[in-house]
Amino acid sequence: MSKTTETRRKSAPAANGAPKRPPSKTQRAEVGVPMSGCDILVEALEREGVEVIFAYPGGASMEIHQSLTKSKIRTILPRHEQGGSFAAEGYARVTGKAGVCMSTSGPGATNLVTAVADAYMDSCPLIAITGQVTTSMIGRGAFQETDIIGVTLPIVKHSYLVTDVNDIPRIVKEAFYIAQTGRPGPVVIDLPKNIQQAKTQPVWPTLEQIKKSLRGYTQPDLRADELALNEIIGLIEKAERPVLYCGGGIITSDAAEELRKFAEATQIPVATTLMGIGGFPETHPLSLRWLGMHGAAFANWAVNGEYKHRTSPNEPMVKLKDGADLLLSFGVRFDDRVTGKFEEFCKHGTIVHVDIDASELNKNRRVHLPVVGDIKDALMRLNAMLARRPLNKKHTNWLAQIDEWKQKAPFSYGITTEIAHSDHMKQHLQGQESEVILQQMVIEALYELTKGDAYITTGVGQHQMWAGQWYKYSRPRQFVTSGGLGSMGFGYPAALGIKVAHPDKEVIDIDGDGSFLMNIQELATAHVEKIAAKAIILNNQHLGMVVQWEDKFYAGNRGHTYLGNPDDRAQIYPDYVRVCNSFNVKCERVMYKKDLRPAIQRMLDAKEPYVLDVIVPYTEHVLPFIPAGRTVADMIWKA
Amino acid sequence: MRHTISVLVENKFGVLTRVAGLFSGRGYNIDSLNVAPTHDPTASRMTIVTRGDDATVEQIVKQLKKLPDVIKVVDFRDGEYVDRELVLVKVSVDSKARAEVMQITDIFRAKIVDVQAKTLSIEITGDESKVEKFIELMKTFGVLELTRTGRVALPRK
Repeated sequence: MSKTTETRRKSAPAANGAPKRPPSKTQRAEVGVPMSGCDILVEALEREGVEVIFAYPGGASMEIHQSLTKSKIRTILPRHEQGGSFAAEGYARVTGKAGVCMSTSGPGATNLVTAVADAYMDSCPLIAITGQVTTSMIGRGAFQETDIIGVTLPIVKHSYLVTDVNDIPRIVKEAFYIAQTGRPGPVVIDLPKNIQQAKTQPVWPTLEQIKKSLRGYTQPDLRADELALNEIIGLIEKAERPVLYCGGGIITSDAAEELRKFAEATQIPVATTLMGIGGFPETHPLSLRWLGMHGAAFANWAVNGEYKHRTSPNEPMVKLKDGADLLLSFGVRFDDRVTGKFEEFCKHGTIVHVDIDASELNKNRRVHLPVVGDIKDALMRLNAMLARRPLNKKHTNWLAQIDEWKQKAPFSYGITTEIAHSDHMKQHLQGQESEVILQQMVIEALYELTKGDAYITTGVGQHQMWAGQWYKYSRPRQFVTSGGLGSMGFGYPAALGIKVAHPDKEVIDIDGDGSFLMNIQELATAHVEKIAAKAIILNNQHLGMVVQWEDKFYAGNRGHTYLGNPDDRAQIYPDYVRVCNSFNVKCERVMYKKDLRPAIQRMLDAKEPYVLDVIVPYTEHVLPFIPAGRTVADMIWKA
Repeated sequence: MRHTISVLVENKFGVLTRVAGLFSGRGYNIDSLNVAPTHDPTASRMTIVTRGDDATVEQIVKQLKKLPDVIKVVDFRDGEYVDRELVLVKVSVDSKARAEVMQITDIFRAKIVDVQAKTLSIEITGDESKVEKFIELMKTFGVLELTRTGRVALPRK
């Protein structure tokens, strides 16, 4: 065994830093020495440049863990497969390289399912490897047997059940290629135990051979039609009120620089989606921040026009000011959280949609000019056209209107009567009500103290929206959030994955008490693996976003949204300081405003995992707010 | 509206499930589905007949194209393709009816493939209208069992 391993190490090229062999059509596949399936798998991962794998072992995957002990790949043991898979997503989302997670069969595999679905919704390159029972046992209801290929079928970009040890090199190479190119996504590799144990001489295919064998997979080669690009320029020349609506596609295709050039050359303001945050610097004068249900009022008005606020959808929509007459939608998918009622979204504008995934065109919203193609390539060519023939249009009035909107409705907060009379004031702050900390203040302070440079992750809910609103992001991949699936518990494990990728950067999970508790076991991973990811819990003892909807639509009736101890509401429950301490992770509780900044500074100064448990009122609502399926006329933006 | 979709796929296990899943996941029923290898043994052709509004079928076609195992998808329009279906039908006959059934079989250029004392098994190939009409006629004698391949189609050009 050790002998084969030695030989393997010698034959394997350095996974990292080694110059890539130039692709050549004449290059033949390389044949290795005989080795077992699990060793082949690990070498295949090394050959793909994998630095780290988040893997929780079990009966059907322990063989692979044995191989990993002999590899230079760092294996991080999460404390739950879900935590490991979210960490792999965090790693992938900031590096753009596929994140790799692994579990055993059955329950291990099903615990990866949420991250696979999450990666599918947010187009995140993820390789999920699952152990499987021996092939002869498949279909017999064996111990820890689950048909994970069947389970994950609708939520993967592709998947493989390996039935022949000779297929491992090809399948792994294909999996990485598919996961990382075109519109990225998750790929599941299900590897039965007997295949892991079988021996063969691996044949390592080249990338060219892989591309050739994947004849149905053409996504990476899609380029926008030249005529369509010319038409876009023509539309811009005619437009009076153009807006760019940009999404995660900008980040995925590494097109942020091209977008900035394009926006500056055309002087078109840019609204991003939640997933597109960082794709355009939010400190830029042309930035409209992000749009949608909880996005900036001025972004929503710029796209849809300003309407008189109505309190019921039965009232007519009364337009006050015109919105965009041209909407350039680049790398977006017209998500319902962005559009509200699909037909009303940018109703009076001409809509152009460029995306690499043809199935997104005309899916949620019929558009006037659908264009299939990689957005970076499209923007580069548009920029070249603009360089040859610059536009002389300035849209001065339009930009002035947008400035007026920005002045009128910036993100804002204040102590409302609901907060002044809340249980939080009575039970937690007796006599010190002026010291109340609001959620937005925490993120504002964090933004200042980190100089806007930290990587931010989130769970899902109110805190997630505030983390988007009150931290300003200047670079792509800086804001990492579960946007499409909305997976609570995403924040802290994702922060671990990011910190592993960028150990010298500050990585902070802005979380809610509900979300943080869902993967709290990962504090052990952070401590044991010495991953200094930080967390701020905006602890309101409630499921804040659901509470907000209860207040708005259910007369404040609480349907199991209180997360504290109902028998002792005055006490914060659970006691995160004690919980964290039991993991040997430092934690402070912050109750008063005067303590907030010093506590954040101590957290930032720490060289180890650190948690701030900040106690905030549950009566605070996220504004602006366009209720689901409604329109900009229904937007609540003043407290 | 009725659509005939021709899907060229890799001849691998699991591909049928992936394709069928795109229909079932959207609540779409498949009227008929035929799948078999082509002249290239590594590829299979599926011919799927489904009903749905154009926007949804367009969406399904795009989703099909996204599958790495799918090589080519064509949503046929009327007149662009030739299609055939093969039906095997077992008809109950007595000595009187037998001659009449044989006569109709002849008119339709169908073929009797098995003769039993009280039944005839008939093979008929054709487009949908021909096959449907033949089955209608056979029903007057009593159809005991019937199986059909579903539509197979090829583009004219």
